[in-house]
Amino acid sequence: MTAEPVIEVQKLWTRRGRQVIHRDLDLRVEAGEIIGLVGGSGSGKTTLLRVVIGLDAPMRGTARLFGVDPLNAPRRQRLAVQQRFGTLFQAGALFSALTVFDNVALPLRELRSLDQRLIRDLVMLKLHLVEIEPIHAGKMPAELSGGMIKRVALARALALDPELLVLDEPTAGLDPDRSRSFVKLIQSLSKEHGLTVFMVTHDVDTLSTLATRVAVLAEGRIVADGPLDQIRQNDHPFIASFFGTAGSGAPRVEPAPA
Amino acid sequence: MTASLIQLQTRASGERVVVLSGDWTLKALRPAAARVARALKSLAADSTLHWDLRAIEALDSAGALMIWRAWGGDRRGATTIKSEHAAILERVAEVPPVEARRWRLDLLAPLVLLGRRESQIFRHDIALVKLVGGLVLDAFYLVAHPREIPWKEISATIYKAGVMAMPVTALVGFLIGVVLSYLTADTLKAYGAGVYIVNLLGISIVRELGPLLVAILIAGRSGSAMTAQIGVMRVTEEIDALVTIGISPISRLIMPKVIGLAIVMPLVSLWAIGAALLGGAIAAKAQLGLSVVYFLGVLPKVVSPDNLWIAMVKALTFGMAIAMIASDFGLRTKPNTESVSSSITTAVVTSITIVILMDAVFAILFRDVGFE
Repeated sequence: MTAEPVIEVQKLWTRRGRQVIHRDLDLRVEAGEIIGLVGGSGSGKTTLLRVVIGLDAPMRGTARLFGVDPLNAPRRQRLAVQQRFGTLFQAGALFSALTVFDNVALPLRELRSLDQRLIRDLVMLKLHLVEIEPIHAGKMPAELSGGMIKRVALARALALDPELLVLDEPTAGLDPDRSRSFVKLIQSLSKEHGLTVFMVTHDVDTLSTLATRVAVLAEGRIVADGPLDQIRQNDHPFIASFFGTAGSGAPRVEPAPA
Repeated sequence: MTASLIQLQTRASGERVVVLSGDWTLKALRPAAARVARALKSLAADSTLHWDLRAIEALDSAGALMIWRAWGGDRRGATTIKSEHAAILERVAEVPPVEARRWRLDLLAPLVLLGRRESQIFRHDIALVKLVGGLVLDAFYLVAHPREIPWKEISATIYKAGVMAMPVTALVGFLIGVVLSYLTADTLKAYGAGVYIVNLLGISIVRELGPLLVAILIAGRSGSAMTAQIGVMRVTEEIDALVTIGISPISRLIMPKVIGLAIVMPLVSLWAIGAALLGGAIAAKAQLGLSVVYFLGVLPKVVSPDNLWIAMVKALTFGMAIAMIASDFGLRTKPNTESVSSSITTAVVTSITIVILMDAVFAILFRDVGFE
């Protein structure tokens, strides 16, 4: 647990079918950073995220998490890395056959060394963190609203107290009030636990309040990388249209991708 | 990562202090969670002790929760702690305690369960009747508006459930024919009745085995696919989307399957009957020396064409039943993965059972037809 980067992507090439998505992409995320990844629809944000967490294999190049390439690591090492990060998928990806409680309890039960009471209390704690009342704990995911699914999925991502949180569109589908409390929660977690956050988002509000660094993905690589204020000055055409022309009034929010 | 450590120290002033140090995280505590919890609990029983948590290097919610639980959910006044860790402990303290649900013995539970299942079956029957009614109404509508008949979907069903099933039905039919022929040939030969193998195979395959075999294969092959398709469409709300666009799921999804199977089942049955008879004829040639040409020549004389008609009627009704049962179970799928898998299982089991029941009914209805 030295000062090695949490995420290190080097010379990454990926493709979907015959179309190359990333060319020679480099990205580094240090511990404690909250990095927001922005980019147009279809620019490969989610693909990059999937490669980073080891779901997809890159065509060329490497992606390391905590210094380990999860796809090529031995089983135990891979498992150890997987227990150090939590992922919030775009549509929640709750297990539809399990209740809210069991969804959050699943990663804890998988450790196979905690007693039932501790698991129960931890689950209730995580649900409380994301503002899900105990009466909803017994519900099935199909009975929840979209915003609640998102919050339960966040609770599941936080179940193991991860060092890294990977978020795909965390505030899409949340009402402004909930997305503000989401931002506050992430902020306090990152302050108290030194949580590192890697998020894909279109929400300029979330970016400006939460992200310590913004990386802009366009043309298959990171075209700009730095604090938000610095990014706004960049005159790349995508950045200009994403944040509204530099310096002029309210930012324009791109419609959420399908 | 440093190990979590509990020490009981006595300060110079005579004050006794519990010092917690190291990592108090899920990862560090995991191997000995129960032991640590017990140790904490026994220390917490002595309320005069001072707690010093400043030496804790890393604290996460699991560690905080363990400490908090040991304290019995009450803040110890005599505690020193780092400010950032105090915030974590504070967060744990905020959670309202939840009582674990207790198990109660309910003697009436089996009766309630029985009643629930009974009413479930009743509701299911009503749903099936509704589906059939909907199909009939839609059929009338389509007769009046022939332009809206979903030809494309019907032909897709015919292709997927029929054409694609031709190799497997031919193979299975052929093998059944060979096996039946082999097994009966010896007995028939013993009675010097070898030539009657044509009658035996003809009647049993044409009238009974052909349609039944194909029905079972199609129920497993296409019935399951239909339930899965409709079930997943239910889970992903695609069926609701169809309704809002103004497309009736019954006429666009279910009707083509029912019509498609009604058309294709007799044809596939015919094909399988042909393969089975061919297999039987070849085996008869090997066992009894009956030439294939003789076998096929005698066949129409000993098996009246009525049998073939019965087979076709059976195949048609089996096809419609399979499509309707598969669709019904698909529509009743609840929006979760578990329900999709159990729907498919029950759909296939139910349609095979119903097909065999219907076969028995046909056997009684047509007992006087088709025999010399």
